[in-house]
Amino acid sequence: MNTYQLWISYYTMLRKDVVRLFRIWVQTFLPSVITSALYFLIFGTVLGSRIGTMQGVNYMTFVVPGLVMLAVITNAYSNTSFTFFQSKFFMRSIDEILVSPTPPWLLIAGFVSGGVVRGILVGTLVMLISAFFTGLHLTIANIGIIFVFGVLTAVVFALAGLVNGVYAKSMDAINIVPTFVLTPMTYLGGVFYSVHSLPQFAQYVTYVNPVFYLINGFRYGFLGVADIAIWISFAVLFGIIAVLFAINWYLIRTGLGLKQ
Amino acid sequence: MANALSIKDLKKEYANGTVALKGVSLDIPEGDFFALLGPNGAGKTTIIGITAGLVNKSSGTVSVFGSDINTDTEQAKTNIGLVGQEVNFNPFEKPLDIVVNQAGYYGIPRSIAIPRAKQILTDLGLAEKMDKTAMSLSGGMKRRLMIARALVNEPKFLILDEPTAGVDVELRRGMWEYLTGLSKKGLTILLTTHYLEEAEQLCKHVAIINKGEIVEQGAMEDVLKRNESSTNTDSKFRGGRLEEVFIKLTSEK
Repeated sequence: MNTYQLWISYYTMLRKDVVRLFRIWVQTFLPSVITSALYFLIFGTVLGSRIGTMQGVNYMTFVVPGLVMLAVITNAYSNTSFTFFQSKFFMRSIDEILVSPTPPWLLIAGFVSGGVVRGILVGTLVMLISAFFTGLHLTIANIGIIFVFGVLTAVVFALAGLVNGVYAKSMDAINIVPTFVLTPMTYLGGVFYSVHSLPQFAQYVTYVNPVFYLINGFRYGFLGVADIAIWISFAVLFGIIAVLFAINWYLIRTGLGLKQ
Repeated sequence: MANALSIKDLKKEYANGTVALKGVSLDIPEGDFFALLGPNGAGKTTIIGITAGLVNKSSGTVSVFGSDINTDTEQAKTNIGLVGQEVNFNPFEKPLDIVVNQAGYYGIPRSIAIPRAKQILTDLGLAEKMDKTAMSLSGGMKRRLMIARALVNEPKFLILDEPTAGVDVELRRGMWEYLTGLSKKGLTILLTTHYLEEAEQLCKHVAIINKGEIVEQGAMEDVLKRNESSTNTDSKFRGGRLEEVFIKLTSEK
């Protein structure tokens, strides 16, 4: 395939997924918006007023980047894991792509882009909701950092979701990882608190959690302050992306978990 | 002239230890209408799966119009259109979208794919259904949609894995007429089917596979003549010529 044909194939995969996202918007966009509104209401408005300030800002303002990131992470992950597994396991429509000359790396790009689009759209909606709860006093220190971290985080978790979707052999395997791995990692990655408020040992544990680096960078874009240097977050992000892409490429190229 | 499909010493052992292919060699000339016949579990679908890139082979080589499926994968796949045994499209999508998207995976832009897809769907009698969801199609319509999807990239080699299973007689006849027309225009077709009388009428060449091994192959008339004299006459029932040869070559006795 030449470059133009590759582009057409990529566009086809992305367009198909985006059309699906909007067709079932009640399932894809609405749940995270409602959940986030509840978080803002309970943790921000009700409990937040009793917590006071964190990293020099009120708790509601502090928690916004974490909740936006939470929405980006869960949506990017579930989009690729579920759509790939569904097309592999239930309908076997993944064969449509596997029989075509579309190369494995482009298949990864197509599915991951769908996850990124969903993650960013839902993240944007949650940010708009947060503006309502913060009385339109949303602090934004660097919009470029917010955008870059939002997209890269979506890429990381869309890739992770794809590994799950490719390798999963049952619906349970699709649900187990988000429940027992993704949710604890996200909640313990600093969505609701600063790592400096933890005991020393817990801080060290947090430093091996990749989600911490994502939320750290994202929060820096909003507040201009972070728990660790921003370049470390970038380095960790790119490292994870490279590793996850390589795993996906290997799985799809060899057909492990996909072909008989 | 290159063979449309050339298979050399193809072996496949599944992870559970099942040996599906025990060294199959097969050549399908360009422009042929070729029948690959065998009982359930003989290895037909495994051969097709390996050729189309859906199943990993254990050893051997497979090339499509001279392009090896492992070393020249993209070129090999560009030439193939596959109608699988199971219905495998998203039932929530519209037939037109399913066919146009399939063209997209082959790098065909929508400006070309949409009119082409509409034409193929119309030719296959699905014009009125192309904007309904695929789940509303009958069994026969779903089969025709799969044929439309396999043809949208204008393949040189069409693989049909039991395309008429569960399709009524009238529709089946219509599908054969359509596919015969494509064959006359030069499309190479590999067909697996359990309707042996139809295979006998349609196909120029035939291979019979049993338990992962080719037990007979050649021109249809030659295969029939070679095996007719000793066909099984014990049964109370007697089918067509190919059916009797098939029973003889694949019988457990």
